Amino acid sequence: MSLWTLSLTLAFVVAAMLVSLWQRLGLEKDMLVATVRATVQLLLIGYILKFVFHVGNLALTAAMVAVMTCVAADNAGRRGRGLAGRFWRPFVAIAATEVLTQGFLLAGHVIPVRPSYIIPISGMIVGNSMVACGLFLNRLRDETQARSAEVWTLLALGANPKQASRAVVKAATKASMIPTIDSAKTMGLVQLPGMMTGQIIAGADPIQAVRYQLLIVFAIMASAAITSIVLGLLTYPRLFNRFWQLLV
Amino acid sequence: MPHAPVAKHEPSPWAIEFRGVGRTLPSEDGPKSILTGVSGRLARGRVLTLIGPSGAGKSTLLSLCNLLQTPDMGEVFIWGREVRTWLLAELRRRVGLVMQQPVMLPGTVADNLAVPSRLHGRPQPDGYRLLQQVGLDPSLLQRPAAELSGGQKQRVALARILSNEPDILLVDEGTSGLDRESAEIMERHVRRLVASRSLTVVWVTHDLEQARRMGDETWLMDKGRVVEQGITEAFFEAPQTEIAKRFLRAGLRADRRTLAPGEEDES
Ligand SMILES: Nc1ncnc2c1ncn2[C@@H]1O[C@H](COP(=O)(O)OP(=O)(O)OP(=O)(O)O)[C@@H](O)[C@H]1O
Ligand SMILES: [Mg+2]
Repeated sequence: MSLWTLSLTLAFVVAAMLVSLWQRLGLEKDMLVATVRATVQLLLIGYILKFVFHVGNLALTAAMVAVMTCVAADNAGRRGRGLAGRFWRPFVAIAATEVLTQGFLLAGHVIPVRPSYIIPISGMIVGNSMVACGLFLNRLRDETQARSAEVWTLLALGANPKQASRAVVKAATKASMIPTIDSAKTMGLVQLPGMMTGQIIAGADPIQAVRYQLLIVFAIMASAAITSIVLGLLTYPRLFNRFWQLLV
Repeated sequence: MPHAPVAKHEPSPWAIEFRGVGRTLPSEDGPKSILTGVSGRLARGRVLTLIGPSGAGKSTLLSLCNLLQTPDMGEVFIWGREVRTWLLAELRRRVGLVMQQPVMLPGTVADNLAVPSRLHGRPQPDGYRLLQQVGLDPSLLQRPAAELSGGQKQRVALARILSNEPDILLVDEGTSGLDRESAEIMERHVRRLVASRSLTVVWVTHDLEQARRMGDETWLMDKGRVVEQGITEAFFEAPQTEIAKRFLRAGLRADRRTLAPGEEDES
């Protein structure tokens, strides 16, 4: 696809802006900003990826994955509503997920040790892990508030924070894994996943594309589980003060 | 029932001692004082009945004893040690609190009774006996706890706390949902524990007759203060303060009516 043909698709943006003007939605400016940002960010990352793939340097690859992890952790921390602290708890959870999942794929020779494999797959693992963090923290807070009488009762019986929060942490872990499991169930029936679509359009054999997609589906399921478990271990103490009184 | 005598480990004869205790909570119009300058103490093996109008701070005072709330002023001593210096699991096992609104944990009645021993790594209690002692039919053991009536839940909550073998028992309106006969079964059982293993009890109630039956000592609370403390008999026979006299008169009038309107239904 040439840049010229790509620029034709800007017609979609123009159409959307016309609708916005016509209906006085006041979204034209946002659309313009979004279009410019998406274009610049993606073109830039395209050139960066081309460069990294070309150099084929593993340290550079690792650095890119680290940057991804930091951005994801920062984002997840913002959504944690204070429970996870600013940065390091989501960072540990996402990093542990990436290291374990990617480490398994590499150690088992499931994928070759090449930047063109490691970086996109890391992107999916880290991105999914980030979403799981946000879900887990939201659910942990909601679940704890809804069941606070039960938690207080356990505390009154002498339960320590770990014992008193076991049920709510478990419920939050479960809740944060359900979307991943559900989307795996309808995979291929409702949505054709982005990576597979991309590979097929780029000319890959659909059967090969499906195999890679399955790899991603499995890795993402493991990611959601690892993320919520690690984050659960790191955050449950923050539900309590030093006198074992429930804070939320 | 195996129960280590506590006296020999404990330097203090006082089971509970409050020294100038205050508690303040934030509210819309600035900080609000819900306990002010509470002092007093209770010896081992004694039963204290705590009475006072709704909102006086009775429940709050109980929750300071096992550190479910922290005093903002003053100190609370349990067996001579300030609550904040206790190992929390130990403090809360030994100072058992039956809350005003009993909460059943997921599972059956038997599961509920087994929770304390699971938390503290102790042998499973005899659920059958625990239920019998509080006047419940042991056939309830396999029932889902959520399905019990309010009064049954109160008794399961008491049995659950007792399976921890506390040496201080705090009961917050433990019989409010019970008929007279069931309430007396519960009273007798607690009294038996007081006699047999020197259990120390703080018993919060709106039922003045019960406060008189159960208590060795009685404290009257009003607006966050303890306004009168005394030996139960003396307190009811010859109250010293104006507030106590008024409170008792109003209470007796309410008791004489055959069925007082349920105005003291807790929040
Ligand atoms: N979590 C809370 N937030 C704000 N105010 C509270 C809270 N808990 C208690 N209070 C206030 O503290 C005061 C004392 O409450 P407490 O529950 O100790 O009273 P009580 O004597 O047990 O009353 P009752 O007989 O109705 O159970 C009340 O005025 C109540 O409104
Ligand atoms: Mg109360």
